Amino acid sequence: MNVLVAMSGGVDSSVAAALLLDAGHDVTGCTMRLWGGESDTGCCSVADVDDARRVAQQLGIPHYVFDFGDEFHTGVVEPYVAAHAAGRTPNPCIECNRTVKFDRLLRRADALGFDAVATGHHARVVQEDGRWRLRRAVDAAKDQSYVLHMLDQSTLARTLLPVGFLTKTVVRARAGGLGLRTATKPDSQDVCFITKGGRERFLSTRVSFTPGRVVDGGGREVGAVEAVELVTIGQRKGLGLAGGADPRYVVAVEGDTVVVGSLDELRVDEVRLAAITWVDAPISGEVLVQCSAHGVPVAGTIEDGVVRFARPTRKVAPGQSVVLYRGDDVRGGGIAR
Amino acid sequence: MLPWLTGRFGNPSGGHAVARAARQAVEEARDELAAVLGCQPRELVFTSGGTESDNLAIAGVDGRVACSAIEHHAVLEAVRHRGGQVFDLDAPPRDVDLVSVMLVNNETGSIQSLDEIDAPLVHTDAVQALPWLDVARAAARADLISVSAHKIGGPQGVGALVVREGVRIAPLLHGGGQERERRSGTHNVAGIVGFAAAVRACKANPPDVRAMRDRLATGLLGIAGCRPTVHPDAAVPGILQLHIDAIESEALLVLLDREGVCASAGASCASGAIGHSQVLRLSLGWTTTDADIDHALDVIPRAVAQLRRVAA
Repeated sequence: MNVLVAMSGGVDSSVAAALLLDAGHDVTGCTMRLWGGESDTGCCSVADVDDARRVAQQLGIPHYVFDFGDEFHTGVVEPYVAAHAAGRTPNPCIECNRTVKFDRLLRRADALGFDAVATGHHARVVQEDGRWRLRRAVDAAKDQSYVLHMLDQSTLARTLLPVGFLTKTVVRARAGGLGLRTATKPDSQDVCFITKGGRERFLSTRVSFTPGRVVDGGGREVGAVEAVELVTIGQRKGLGLAGGADPRYVVAVEGDTVVVGSLDELRVDEVRLAAITWVDAPISGEVLVQCSAHGVPVAGTIEDGVVRFARPTRKVAPGQSVVLYRGDDVRGGGIAR
Repeated sequence: MLPWLTGRFGNPSGGHAVARAARQAVEEARDELAAVLGCQPRELVFTSGGTESDNLAIAGVDGRVACSAIEHHAVLEAVRHRGGQVFDLDAPPRDVDLVSVMLVNNETGSIQSLDEIDAPLVHTDAVQALPWLDVARAAARADLISVSAHKIGGPQGVGALVVREGVRIAPLLHGGGQERERRSGTHNVAGIVGFAAAVRACKANPPDVRAMRDRLATGLLGIAGCRPTVHPDAAVPGILQLHIDAIESEALLVLLDREGVCASAGASCASGAIGHSQVLRLSLGWTTTDADIDHALDVIPRAVAQLRRVAA
């Protein structure tokens, strides 16, 4: 196949390109330039473009740079800021996959006549009974199927995720064996456009923060926050609470009022989902529910956009993605209301 | 160039026989280049290329600096770094000490006249003009002229700045005081010799591409929504820049590259990203053949059609 591999400048996508070459594909590398802002530390910085280009040279494949900065701004950064301004807790990496990597890049690949797009994500795309499945990675600790849950049949048919079949140790060994400069590069951790000053500093110039009062279940004022926009459901710290008492968690944010309660009060029986997408036909009934990128899946059911947990579970912050699995296969997902 | 890279690598600033030979090669190159640029040999400062020449000109003069909005980044960023002014070509500033206007634009090929510029000092980036215009005449008004070897088929990494007698310029690089205290550093002897050889070749056998450029333009203007960004009569024949509706340059250039057509959109930059313009820039030179034009006329319309078909 004629494959366009998205090379972030990290070890996983470097090895993805190498594996595709081994498999006999006609491989072309590309790096997306997404963020020209102040960050030069996350993925897609100039230094990362250099790393990706050098790896492509070492592998002997052509490499191009695509500037998708506008799409990234409109599809990822602006919604991220707007979600925080509305008191929600967004997941920008998921929106980047939805709007940039598996939409804009895929359309670019179509225009250029490529048969498929590959990335270095740790997840598996497999075909069973003529249908495409999105499966957890072989390396459970590195599994990224959660952030890819929006991939549907037509997208999966054009997507290759070769490193999902390897453990990270093997991936690094492979890169080392090939002498790639990315072999020992640390995994990227943070949201790529958030700089050293962190989320608070990034948002401070883009959102007008609202000071808030912190109350307990009885309405008594017990603390204060400088910005309700930065408060997340389940948060314990930074609420100005007196020490000593049992741990208290944010259980609700209503306007400029942050309500705290015990762990029991944080637990809920259900979460309502918006913007649900399905890998294949919609399902209902029993599912495993994962509510964060590295969260432990819990048992539940899905029915009419409502997930009911088998046991009370920590409330999901509005804006977070909730992903539904059966076994190791992603079946769909949505955004917590 | 080869002798100066193999056995005879003397430092031109030294005193012994090998060094003197290298110095002679540099000075012969200087004479040759000065004649082409219409300056005295002592007015020519060898540099590492167009960017350094531009920076030396902009940073080296006293007072307030300004440049046109169409300048190369090497001028634009040097002017911005000094807190200078960037102006539209039809609204030149008054009360500045140096105005910089490029002779030929690197993206469109447009030719600018320097004759009407009203400023105490004029700098011109003539990097793109060298193979196409009589720079000595076209830049006669300029006090400072930047040129670069690789734009005329010479090696990358060598250039020069003409500094007219009487123009005071502070050096960017301090050290051994080479180039009459205007640019310290050991000379790039092979590069300088190669620069002169390229100029000689260019004079002896000027690139004759106008007919090929016109054939290319006529053929490509048959594409719906395609127009030149500058009228070909107002541009040098070595550059043809086109605007093509409803395509993305970034995608078009990949398709062309895969078919063996090496083209650009705007200028080159560090990351290699091209952006969202609908612009295609084709360059022609000595090595361009009629077969290349045939190939481009075959590939480009097909690539545009493919992109429009998929987008539709």
